[in-house]
Amino acid sequence: MRARGRWHASLAAQTDLPVLLPSAAGIARDARATRTRGHFTLKLRAAHGFALLLLLAAGCGIAEAQAGPGDPSIFATLWKWTPLLLRGFMFNLAISVMAMAGGTAAGMLLGFAQSSLLRPVRSGAWVVTQFFRNAPWLVLLFYCMFLLPFQVNVFGVTIQIPDWIKATFGLALPVMANVSEVLRGAVQSIPTGQWESAASLAFTRRQTMWRIILPQCIKRMLPPWMNLYAILTMSTVLTSIVGVAEVMTLTGRVLSAENRPGLLLAFYSYVLILFFLYCFPIARWTVRLEARYAVDR
Amino acid sequence: MQSFWDWFRALHDASGINLTIFYDAFDRHRFASGVLMTLELSAISIVASVLIGIVGAWLQGSRMRLTRQVVYWYIQFFRNTPPLVQIYFFYFGIGSLLATTGIHGHPVPIVTNVQWAIVSLSFFAGAFNVEIFRSGIEAVPGTTIEAAESLGFSRLRTYLLIVFPLAFRISLPALNNNLVNLVKTTTLAYAIAVPEMLYVSSQIWSDNLNVPVMMNVLLVAYFVMVGALVWAMHRWERAIRVPGFGT
Repeated sequence: MRARGRWHASLAAQTDLPVLLPSAAGIARDARATRTRGHFTLKLRAAHGFALLLLLAAGCGIAEAQAGPGDPSIFATLWKWTPLLLRGFMFNLAISVMAMAGGTAAGMLLGFAQSSLLRPVRSGAWVVTQFFRNAPWLVLLFYCMFLLPFQVNVFGVTIQIPDWIKATFGLALPVMANVSEVLRGAVQSIPTGQWESAASLAFTRRQTMWRIILPQCIKRMLPPWMNLYAILTMSTVLTSIVGVAEVMTLTGRVLSAENRPGLLLAFYSYVLILFFLYCFPIARWTVRLEARYAVDR
Repeated sequence: MQSFWDWFRALHDASGINLTIFYDAFDRHRFASGVLMTLELSAISIVASVLIGIVGAWLQGSRMRLTRQVVYWYIQFFRNTPPLVQIYFFYFGIGSLLATTGIHGHPVPIVTNVQWAIVSLSFFAGAFNVEIFRSGIEAVPGTTIEAAESLGFSRLRTYLLIVFPLAFRISLPALNNNLVNLVKTTTLAYAIAVPEMLYVSSQIWSDNLNVPVMMNVLLVAYFVMVGALVWAMHRWERAIRVPGFGT
């Protein structure tokens, strides 16, 4: 047993056996990328939109079939509630944009701290990043919802903090950790030769970072960052669990106001289509950018 | 042991850090059952999703177009919808269609919320696993299989002893990413009142009004749980990696 282990070790050190197809290297690369990003890549296609439309059609059919004699048609019902649902959806988008902005700003700082030369700063930032990456999104959301105060006193003025601001904080924390790790990965992926040649041209560390490393990192970070945004947008429905009046909560309220069991599928597939219409262009664009920037692999 | 628990009561009296989950026997059992439920959800879903992945990858290589199409749309559905929607879909959508059994007029569902959570989490992670295993199997070159055939291996033995071990090693990093994600997703079972760690914690902080303390306990507990899984999986990855492949 022991000898076998040694044989493995010595083989690993020298062999370059072509035992696997090139696609195996691709799988390993994708797995590494997913690990850095902390989440999977969204692969939306137009066919998914058609499937959702079919689902909506089926839902409308069920609603029509189960409608009572005096009930209005399903289309009239959907149309009646569309302004409210759209308002709720705008709320989701607002939460996602704010969480993304805050999370990105904090995550960039944390990512730079992770690339710091000072050991305490580097390991401190690493611990913070890992902590928020390994905690489930819902737990972080609960954390912020319950622990942030509902009002603050600033110089005698009492400011109420609405629950959606707290939810935005809760969603910004995991975004921060993911952006931090993506930035660290991007900085590490730049060959060290670039640092050395910059140093030989008398660039300071800060100049090297800002003028040479970061412009290249932004290109590499953009696809995972956009993918993270699409996933964050889908995750804003989590805030309905903690009681924010976003589109899922509103849909639930609409359904209880209408009080017709047949409407369930129609309304929920309608909401899914709203999310699809928003996330689909982002996901397509991400795939295209990724293909364009994948030259140096 | 009792003196150990009493130390936490003294801690509460001295500092106000109210860890009822240690000194109060009722809360202790409640929290322990929540931790066990999270571990149970994770463990069963991990095993089931890996099985779904293996079977799905096998079905996707089927000669029948229909089978391939079914697996394709299964993956598309579970990959591209939020897991919360999937849990609601199973629990409220399908669960309400199933009959209930009950004695004395008190309806008891055939499939409980815990079982629905396991089913939907397994299908969610399983969809990713199908893709992962499939690409792993595809990465094993045909020449390896031909070499095995020429050495007199049967089809089954070729698959079990040569193709699968290689494919598994290729898929392991991607599989680990997915399983870690699955453990984090078990918190969503809160939404259908499965008494897992998040749910019992919310019960405990409603009873004792020790929200900040319980929140920190919860965050640390998840961090330790997921961190342990990540660490163990990475060690396993390193231990069985294919020599000369990857970095």
